[in-house]
Amino acid sequence: MSPAETVTATATLAAPHTHGFLSPTGVEIAFLLVGLVTFGAALVTVTTKKLVHAALWLVVTLGGLAVEYLLLTAEFIAWVQVLIYVGSVVVLLLFGLMLTKAPIGRSPDADSGNRWAALAVAVAAAAALVWVVVDAFRATWMDLGGPAAGSTAVTGASLFQNWVLPFEALSVLLLAALVGAIVLSRKTKSELSSPPVNSRATTGSSPSVPDSRNHTFRRNGRSQGNDLTERNTPTTRTTQNTTPTEQKGTR
Amino acid sequence: MHLVYPAVLAALLFCTGIYGVLARRNAILVLMSVELMLNAVNLNLVAFDVWLSRTAEEKLHSGQALTLFTIAIAAAEIGIGLAIVLAVYRGRGTSDIDKLRDTAEGHESDGPDGSGGSDNTGGSDNTGGSSPGGSDSDGTEPPAAEKAEATA
Repeated sequence: MSPAETVTATATLAAPHTHGFLSPTGVEIAFLLVGLVTFGAALVTVTTKKLVHAALWLVVTLGGLAVEYLLLTAEFIAWVQVLIYVGSVVVLLLFGLMLTKAPIGRSPDADSGNRWAALAVAVAAAAALVWVVVDAFRATWMDLGGPAAGSTAVTGASLFQNWVLPFEALSVLLLAALVGAIVLSRKTKSELSSPPVNSRATTGSSPSVPDSRNHTFRRNGRSQGNDLTERNTPTTRTTQNTTPTEQKGTR
Repeated sequence: MHLVYPAVLAALLFCTGIYGVLARRNAILVLMSVELMLNAVNLNLVAFDVWLSRTAEEKLHSGQALTLFTIAIAAAEIGIGLAIVLAVYRGRGTSDIDKLRDTAEGHESDGPDGSGGSDNTGGSDNTGGSSPGGSDSDGTEPPAAEKAEATA
């Protein structure tokens, strides 16, 4: 055996050894630790009984993912993640929780009845996906040295050189989503304000309508002058009236 | 870094999101789980983009561009989704997915959630809702429904 052949043999033997799993680099250790925190926070997010705590653990998960992006040298994505997800999406979710009058404490009916079927599906999917991914990319090594792969300059150049048309289409989609959210919020108001017209037609003459409404809601007599508050207060009061009974019905 | 680490983390996060979508009852918690799944996909996209930009000399950075697009679409999705959830909450007084059974096929009252499901499906089911459930909830429920109909 020639010396060059032994050198190549030892190189091929040593090449997987330097990238082995038993001698992880510092970046891998950091990624593993932050990944454990992220995965644990995600598990708490989907299993906790307190709804507001689920949103707050989601902040931990998304922040951990931002750190993972930083470790993968995708700096711009990391800060976009912090700005959009942690900054706006979680705040929107918290607003949604507050507006739907979510209970602050423990809510025992946070999980559905098909929890064990969901757990079986999730564990089976996780086993299959992890097995396939580990089997496919066991020896794949990515080099994180050199200039950052996702700095703002690189990302901006590729985004505005190669991806301009999808970028502009995405701005149109955001505008459509904005208009759609406004339309969805206004549609319920028109639906809630249109039924008094029908009741006015059924009950008869229009001056008697506030009186009939005062009979159904006795606390409503002092706000006769303003039509908008008159129109809004019975609907909110009915939602407040219906919610405790329905929650009582589920338990 | 091995590519396995971000890939396995993304797979685990995605399956956590699957469990949350299937097991949660509140619609906003389901939206949170959908966000988890989208973030798992984002992590995959970023990791494979970094790998391909180094090994295959890929200068298009399609993974990171797609990640930005996914983040923007997720923001739009959460806005629309919360608007829908709030509209449903205003109309029904609940954001519980198990109670929204208007388009369910077959008989209305099935399983342990049947009484809650039949209570909430509007005026036509008030006659059927009084028969199967407990006495306490049915004693208090019809006046609330009548009030809702009186205002409607």
